[in-house]
Amino acid sequence: MTPDAGQGAPDRDADTLLEVRDLRKWYPIKRSWLSRERESVKAVDGVSFGVRRGEVLSIVGESGSGKTTIGRLAMRLIEPTDGTIRFDGHDITHLSRRQMRPIRRRMQLVFQDPYASLNPRKPVSSIVAAPLDIHGLASSAQDRREKVAEALGLVGLSPDHAGRYPHEFSGGQRQRIGIARALISRPDLLVADEPVSALDVSVQAQVVNLMLELKERLGLTILLIAHDLAVVGHISDRIAVMYLGRLVEIAPVRALFESPRHPYTEALLSAVPIPDPTLDRRRILLKGDIPSPLNPPSGCSFRTRCPYAVTACGETAPPLAEVSPGHFKACIRDDLALRAAF
Amino acid sequence: MGPLPGPERAEPSGDDILLDVRHLEVAFRLPAGRAFAVRDVSFTVRRGETVALVGESGSGKSVTSLAILGLTPPKPFCDMSGQVLLRARDGGMRDLLTVPDREMRQLRGAVASMIFQEPMTSFNPVLTIGDQIAETLLFHLKLSKHAAFDRSAELLDLVGIPDARKRLANFPHQLSGGMRQRAMIAMALACEPDLLIADEPTTALDVTIQAQIIELLQRLQQRSGMAIIFITHNLGVVAEIADRVMVMYGGRIVEQADVVPMFKNPLMPYTKGLLQSVPRLDLAGRRRGPLAAIPGNVPTILNSPPGCGFEPRCGFARLGECEVAVPVLEEAMPGHAVRCVRWSQIAREAAS
Amino acid sequence: MSVGGMSAPLSDAATPRRGFGGPALRRFYRHHLALIGGTIILLMVLACAIVPGVLPYTDTFIDIRHRFAPPFTGGHLLGTDQLGRDMLARLLMAGRISLAVGFLAMALSMVIGIVVGLVAGYYGGVIGALFMRFVDAVLCFPTIFLLLAVSALIRPDVTFIILLIACTAWMEVARIVEAQIRALRERDFAVAAEALGASDMRIMLRELLPNAVAPIVVSATLNVAHAILAEAYISFLGYGIQPPTPSWGNMLDNAQSYLSSAPWLAILPGGMIALAVTSFNFLGDGFRDALDPRTDIK
Repeated sequence: MTPDAGQGAPDRDADTLLEVRDLRKWYPIKRSWLSRERESVKAVDGVSFGVRRGEVLSIVGESGSGKTTIGRLAMRLIEPTDGTIRFDGHDITHLSRRQMRPIRRRMQLVFQDPYASLNPRKPVSSIVAAPLDIHGLASSAQDRREKVAEALGLVGLSPDHAGRYPHEFSGGQRQRIGIARALISRPDLLVADEPVSALDVSVQAQVVNLMLELKERLGLTILLIAHDLAVVGHISDRIAVMYLGRLVEIAPVRALFESPRHPYTEALLSAVPIPDPTLDRRRILLKGDIPSPLNPPSGCSFRTRCPYAVTACGETAPPLAEVSPGHFKACIRDDLALRAAF
Repeated sequence: MGPLPGPERAEPSGDDILLDVRHLEVAFRLPAGRAFAVRDVSFTVRRGETVALVGESGSGKSVTSLAILGLTPPKPFCDMSGQVLLRARDGGMRDLLTVPDREMRQLRGAVASMIFQEPMTSFNPVLTIGDQIAETLLFHLKLSKHAAFDRSAELLDLVGIPDARKRLANFPHQLSGGMRQRAMIAMALACEPDLLIADEPTTALDVTIQAQIIELLQRLQQRSGMAIIFITHNLGVVAEIADRVMVMYGGRIVEQADVVPMFKNPLMPYTKGLLQSVPRLDLAGRRRGPLAAIPGNVPTILNSPPGCGFEPRCGFARLGECEVAVPVLEEAMPGHAVRCVRWSQIAREAAS
Repeated sequence: MSVGGMSAPLSDAATPRRGFGGPALRRFYRHHLALIGGTIILLMVLACAIVPGVLPYTDTFIDIRHRFAPPFTGGHLLGTDQLGRDMLARLLMAGRISLAVGFLAMALSMVIGIVVGLVAGYYGGVIGALFMRFVDAVLCFPTIFLLLAVSALIRPDVTFIILLIACTAWMEVARIVEAQIRALRERDFAVAAEALGASDMRIMLRELLPNAVAPIVVSATLNVAHAILAEAYISFLGYGIQPPTPSWGNMLDNAQSYLSSAPWLAILPGGMIALAVTSFNFLGDGFRDALDPRTDIK
């Protein structure tokens, strides 16, 4: 059963691990003491989706899309301005810090920058064992050591690496350490915020493979936030596309690549370069830049760059509607024949 | 395809050769010792062609480009040897490594110029865009202030910045990332250089903006006939814009070919591995198994292996052949050079 | 199929341990003044601790026949004072007091400063602002006058003096720590700890503080120098350590009346103060250079 995203009857089933509904994060900008206007940067503006157990859902978007903010909101690292977040059926939107603790054991975060996400002053064993220490999951020092060794082994590192410090490792290895830390408490959900974009190309594949294998082995559910569509296409089950704080399309991976239903998705797919010089692709070039999130266009925020925009697009923000089973788009035009990724 | 770089090659024929790099070596003096960032790099660039320099971190691609324009750190910290011959406006070749500073400044910006990855840090934040573009026009072309500003507005227009005249008065932080990159391109092209070196110009940009910038560069190149050296680690971008490709690893060129043979028939195991390990949009959703990743880590400047730089990670390496000496860059086929002692064996094994 | 394939040996990316090992130590050794300063302090501390026990005279023994003996005369290496007491013994005993006051005042001010800075830097917002404005307010007091005023009003015993000096020195520490913690707070590894469910205490003490060690160490060294000097001020003016307990400050005070007749009575303690303060300053400089990786040319 597809978790609903927007209009229509929300179906909450036991299969949905993480669900966000009408999530908003507005950052107020105070102009001046005297100014009446309360402007806000609408980083996330009414996003709803669900992540099913065992699936990999990727959220893609460019700068200003709000995808990183969604990741932080889902983990309650930032407080939502509005909307609800449910984890395994429990409403965690307004839980206190202490109440969140047991939940935190079950959802973990992997960061983008392998150089900043590990404490440079702590040895690897301490870094990886942190969740055990915080949640009291190790019964003895021996148990702790064993669990750390096991976690390191899971990510392809040897237990002797436990005594070393982060700066002794390469970027790819550090990322693995971060993943080991995230998995040691056996979470249900892994939120990965651009896990490979800071790595060298030849190392990215290693980490991508690692994540795929771990997903199979541990039955992980992964919420992946990324901007690289090729990586996303390789690893995801479903993909959600965001633009300026709103979800514009969400679909199973093949459906998205073979029959995109939103003009932004079409443009995004055509913009991604493919390493094959013999392909003849006519690219769709969008006009202009991404508008400022401080002042998004009225109605559909994509209309200023959309090659298919009509006047009606400026009136109201189109809701996310289902066009085929599991495939949702936020566009008032149903008549568009959009090009596949390739 | 023309003469191949190498010790036994003849003088370049034809004066459409714009840049001729011969056995370039760049070494840095670090507290830990002397480390070579670039070793024995030789290549040529002809007028109007786009050469892609591909590599990951530590490959030496950025240092090569900086060395060409003499932008590396000064003498005690950085030693360079070899020749970097650039064709000046009068038709003669100048060795950029030995020309006096004054002449270098005449050449830089006018005959050969460069754009960088981070447009925000390449611009002076306290000067307007107009001032900075005009500066290069005033220096090289000796235009009057008025003429320089007119030309600056023209340039901004050329690179697709709307309201060009008004934008001249903007400061760099007032432009978006894509706009800044365009402005940087305008600044680099102000004096209509023959050679543009672009060091990862689109890496920091969103993918839709990247597509715009690539299209812009191609359009500008068609218009002016300039040559481009495009440095990147993104193989998709290379496939889009390059005529010829050079792959660098551990400071050396390991494979060099035209773009189609490079992608369709890579001979160096590193190139093969790279192409196989990159996830592809056209295979999205279909290839569900793991990617063919290259094991191990990219070497750092301080710890290069004695023989072939790629040997520790190479699935085709053979003891006694690969780690004993650095392989030479040999011509496997016309126009296709590879630095691997086993390339022909590997190709034969693959065919059978 | 191997998980990503980790066949390459670790030594590929191995670099010597940063922080207090390897390159930091090397940088420290390059700083000759710091080495000299450190050695001097070490010698001073050892001398003050051990030598009085092996000297033929104690600091209180009054040798009436050899009053006002200049250095190198009458069996007294550094001469005697107006009561015939051995200067070397006095100097070293006074050193015990002065150095002890210096170290203890530093320790106390560091504790206060670190706590305030940690809390202010971590929580930020209103709490942080309140704390830091309070620090600013206290900084406005001219410390010397405060020291003198308070010490003139209370009974000056060693403990109180240590307390007093610490109270005038913790503010700088708080500032430094707050700035560091505020910056570190936003780093990914701190956010990671929060995402793991770590408590505030744990994040402050185990994640952030260890990374702020460099400026804290530098500040501590300079703090000792400041404390020694502060004690000398107030003792010299008569409000600090009271005789017969010797301190370099009150020895200087004592020597005022005999400046022309027995200049060594002033030169010796004054010299020790100068030597100690300068040595700590050099040491602090050395630590700062050693722990700041940017002093290497890349």
